[in-house]
Order: sequence, then C-alpha cells, then structure tokens
Amino acid sequence: MTIEKLTPIFRDVFENEEIDINLETKASDIEEWDSINHIYLIVEIEKIFKIKFTTLQIQKWENVNDIITDIDKLVNAI
Amino acid sequence: MTRIAILGNYATQFLNKSVKKVFKEFGQDVLIYEADFGTIDFEILNSDSVLFEFKPDYIILHESDLAFKNEFYHLGDNEKQFFFESKSQNLLNRLNILQENLPKCKVFYPMLLSSNDMVFGNYFSKVKTSWFYQVVKYNNALLDLSNDQANFLAIDGISQVPANLKLRSRSLVYTSDLHFTIDYLNYLAGVFHQIINVNSGKFKKCVILDLDNTLWGGIIGDDGLEGIELGSNGVGKAYSDLQKWFKQLQQRGIILAVCSKNEEAIAKTPFERHPNMVLKLDDISVFVANWNSKADNINYIREVLNIGLDSMVFIDDNPAERAIVKEFLPEVFVPDLPNDASEYLDYLMRLNLFETASVSENDKLRTLQYHQESKRVELQKSVTNMTDFLISLEMKAKVTSFQVEDYERLSQLSLRSNQFNLRTKRYSLDDIKSISESDKYLTVSISLKDKFGDYGLISMVIVEIDKQNEVAFIDTWIMSCRVLKRNVEDLALNHVLYQLKQLGIKNINGEYIPTEKNRIVAELLFNFGFERLENESYKFVLEVASYTNREIYIENDN
Repeated sequence: MTIEKLTPIFRDVFENEEIDINLETKASDIEEWDSINHIYLIVEIEKIFKIKFTTLQIQKWENVNDIITDIDKLVNAI
Repeated sequence: MTRIAILGNYATQFLNKSVKKVFKEFGQDVLIYEADFGTIDFEILNSDSVLFEFKPDYIILHESDLAFKNEFYHLGDNEKQFFFESKSQNLLNRLNILQENLPKCKVFYPMLLSSNDMVFGNYFSKVKTSWFYQVVKYNNALLDLSNDQANFLAIDGISQVPANLKLRSRSLVYTSDLHFTIDYLNYLAGVFHQIINVNSGKFKKCVILDLDNTLWGGIIGDDGLEGIELGSNGVGKAYSDLQKWFKQLQQRGIILAVCSKNEEAIAKTPFERHPNMVLKLDDISVFVANWNSKADNINYIREVLNIGLDSMVFIDDNPAERAIVKEFLPEVFVPDLPNDASEYLDYLMRLNLFETASVSENDKLRTLQYHQESKRVELQKSVTNMTDFLISLEMKAKVTSFQVEDYERLSQLSLRSNQFNLRTKRYSLDDIKSISESDKYLTVSISLKDKFGDYGLISMVIVEIDKQNEVAFIDTWIMSCRVLKRNVEDLALNHVLYQLKQLGIKNINGEYIPTEKNRIVAELLFNFGFERLENESYKFVLEVASYTNREIYIENDN
C-alpha cells in the first residue's frame, strides 16, 4: 500500500485536485477534511479496497500513516 | 425553487447532501434548510425558529429507531407499555403546530426500521413492554396519522431497497452518530425526490404495453393461442403475475394502452380467448396493433388520451423498440427490462413509477375495497366447519376433455406429479396428443380457481374404454397436491362416472401401483366405494350403476 494509491481517493472525496498527502498528514492539515468528509473518506476507501475497518481502528487514526497501516492489515488478511 | 427542511434525531448532514445530489442530477433547483441534529422539538415549538422563517414547502422528518430504542430502554415497564402512544401523541402535537404555522407544508416521515431486539424472542407479541411490540405499534400509529392528517405522509423507505444495499453500519453509528449508511441515505433521498415531484404534479398516468414476450411468452402470430406461455406453469406464471399487477394499477386509475407490431385480429385473440389472460380488452383504453413505428403509434395514443408524453411509461421487452422510442420521444419513460421475464415485475416495482399524491378521484374504488374488507371479516367469522369453509372459497372448476392448448401442461403434470398419482404413468407431449385423438379413451382435465386466485389446470384423468365388453379402466388419475381436500377428486369421479353411464359402460376397473411417494392414494378407490378383487391388494372394480354422486362445493366454470 502506497501513498500514491491513496492520493486520488483523497482528491476525489475532498473534491480538490491540488491535495497532496504524506504519511504525517493529519485532518487539521487539509481544510476540507471535516467530520463529514471523514465519513465519506472511510466509506470510499472501504469500497475501493473491499475491506471493512473496525470501529476501534477508525477511532485510533491520527494521521495518513495510521490509515495505510490498517488498510495493509486488512488487505493482507483477505 | 423547491424549499425543503430536514429535521432528524441523528446526524442528518449526509441525508442533506444526498437530497441535494439527487435534485441536482435531475437538474432541479432546491433549497434545503437543515436543523441542527436533535433539535426537532426546539425548531417546531419555538415560533421564532429558523424553520418557520425558512417557510419550507416540504419537511422531511426522519427519526431513527436507534434513538427511539435508547430512550425506550431507559424507561420502566409502566412507561414502556405506553411508549408508542406517547411518541405518536408527541408527533401529533408537532403536526398540529406545523399545520397552524405552515398550513401548506407537507411532512414526509419514513416509517421506523423495525427489528426485533430479541429480548423476548418471538414472544414479543404477547408482551406490551417489548421493544418490537412498541415499534410495530408506532408504525401502525403513523398509518392512522397519515389517514387523519392531510399534510402528513408516512413513507415506506424499506420494502423496495435493493437486496445488496446495506441499511446500517454499526461502525458509523458509533464513530459518527450516522444511523444509516450513505448508500441507504442516497436511496432514501431518491424516494423523497419521487414523492416531492409527484406532489408538484409530475406523475405517470398511462402505461403502454407491448404484447409478445411482454404480456405473454412467445409470439402469438407464430406460436398461436396454444403455443404462448401464459398462466399455469413456469415462466407463464411470471407473465400472468405481471398482468395481475397491471390490472391492479388499472383499477387504481392508471390508464392501460397496447402498442404492438401485429395483425390486430391476431393480437386480440389471447385477450378474447386465452383462459389464463388476466387483462381483458375492456381494461385497455387504446389498443394499437399494426406494423407502423412504435414512436408513431405512441404519438397516436397520446392524441387519443390527450395527456402529456412525460406522463407515459412504455414497457417493451425488445431493446431495439425501446431505443427507437427513447430516441424519438425522450419524454416517455422507457424502463430497460431485465432479460429474464421472471424478473420483470420485481424490477418494475423497484422503480416505483406510479408514485401518487392522491387517489381521491377513485372514491368508487375505495368503496369497493371497504366492501371486500368487510367480506373478509365475514369469511373469518363463518369458517367453522369444512363444508362452510369449502363453500366460502367460492371455487369454480372447468371440466373438459383434453384440449390442444393444455397438452403441454397435461404432459408436465403426468411427468412431475408423484403424490396424488394412482399409477404414475408418464406421458410425453406426443402420447397426450394421441390419447386425446383416440376414441378408445375418455379424458378429463380440471382447472380450478377460487376467490383467492387461479390454480390453473390441476387434475387429469385418463380412462380406457372397452365398449364391446362394456368395461372401462382408470389408466391415470392425477391431481396437484395444491388442491388437496377441495373436493376436486369427487368432482373428477362424478364426471367420469356420468360419462361412463352415457356410454353404457357397466363396470369400471381401477388399479393402484404403489411407489415411494404415492401412498396418499393407496385407499383412494376403496374410499370411493370400489371393491378389491379377490386375492388382489391393488386391483379394484366398481359397478357403474351403484355409484352415487358425491356432494361437491365447486361451481361449474365451463
């Protein structure tokens, strides 16, 4: 799982083609990343990777790196 | 510009977005006011609230079962049993205030998702303090409110949800107070969009139907009356179910028209003569069968009916015909039917094409419904013994010799029936044909219907006749187990014996050939008064003259 695969999803959900993310990016770094878009982001990632995050996983996310780590875990478990 | 207010007891921001999106997709302008979550009563009770300033045309009031359930669990038993009453009273209060301040505003309220919390298991219905009891009662109370309050509409947001669409994600409930999935809210927004459009006058008035492979299977011009699939078995049933649905729509006030590429006389024969045809010529307001383009014919139908193209739906199995109509008459709605005819009806129901905002012009119909309702109550009352029950079914049977259009069904009946089957002889289509054409056999086929529906052809008897020796033999006696205990067997034997008397036959022989599955008829002949032959367990004889007709409660439908 790489940041390059996640970037287009972020741009799509936040409807902003200029968004760049790195492993340390947090919600507070992106203007559009509010609580509502956060949900759309989760739903979109789950759809694209055909995975389902647990509630605990979602709660513990601090930055993009946490999201990628959890995606990897779930994708490898399939 | 349509003004919509959204009020809810969960995080409704997503519903707001979904509603906006669906109106945008249809190019319609909409202005939405979304109250802060959980402030329904504040907005309504406070006459200075933004809600009243906003002056909505429509209010979407969406309450989640989860929030209700939380409240419910906090109550003591005493309050629990009055939960639905207090909730519906609360809703009525809100509606009264809205009515006073916004007399023209319509309120749409999706019925609560109701699922059993399994605290009382299936004993819930005996326990007024169970959640499921209360939530079902609440939904019922919503129906009463809908009936009493002109501007309130309880909405069904559930029964046509596609099977693969998930309603709820627990994870989203707990992380975001989002009580429904975004996919479901998108679906629900579509429902609101349809209802709001109908309320502003955009609704369907007429269905234009193709015939071949749409109302029946096959092509009437090629396959003939006997060859088309309609009614008694297999995919034929799908077509008759579809017709029943159109008949219901017609009775509700939807106009039916036919547009078919056919010779008119041939196209009309099934309506006039096919026994399983549900729709009759009387049900069709405009009947067009010719070889012109369907787009031209639909234009003609529009002129006759004097209604807008955008109030018409065109149903045709043929993608090419659909494409032509879409191309030349883009205002007409043309659903892309699935390939399998057995899917047509579910597909059409899911589209909810016939949403309506009133049925007041159909008061006559409602009278009829009430009439039927009171009849049903009578029925329940009067069913105390079997005879009364049989009479109350209002059964009608058609008894004939084997008819050409039934050959296939007869053959299938002989191939498939295993239980009520005296000798389990199997007959191919050709066998049935030659038996029917031979004068050595007496054949009987019986179709049955009652007040609840049509069972189609459900019984067949083949009797071998030996005129010279004045004796007959029951070669085959089959009945579908769906109509067991309905007197159909008595009807069959009455008929056979009557015919034998006419033919001057003295004795009728019968045989039971046991199989693993047909024990049900082991004593059939004996119970009808046949005598066992000496030293034979399974062979019987009956003197024709000694037979007395059995009493039956089935009317003649020939």
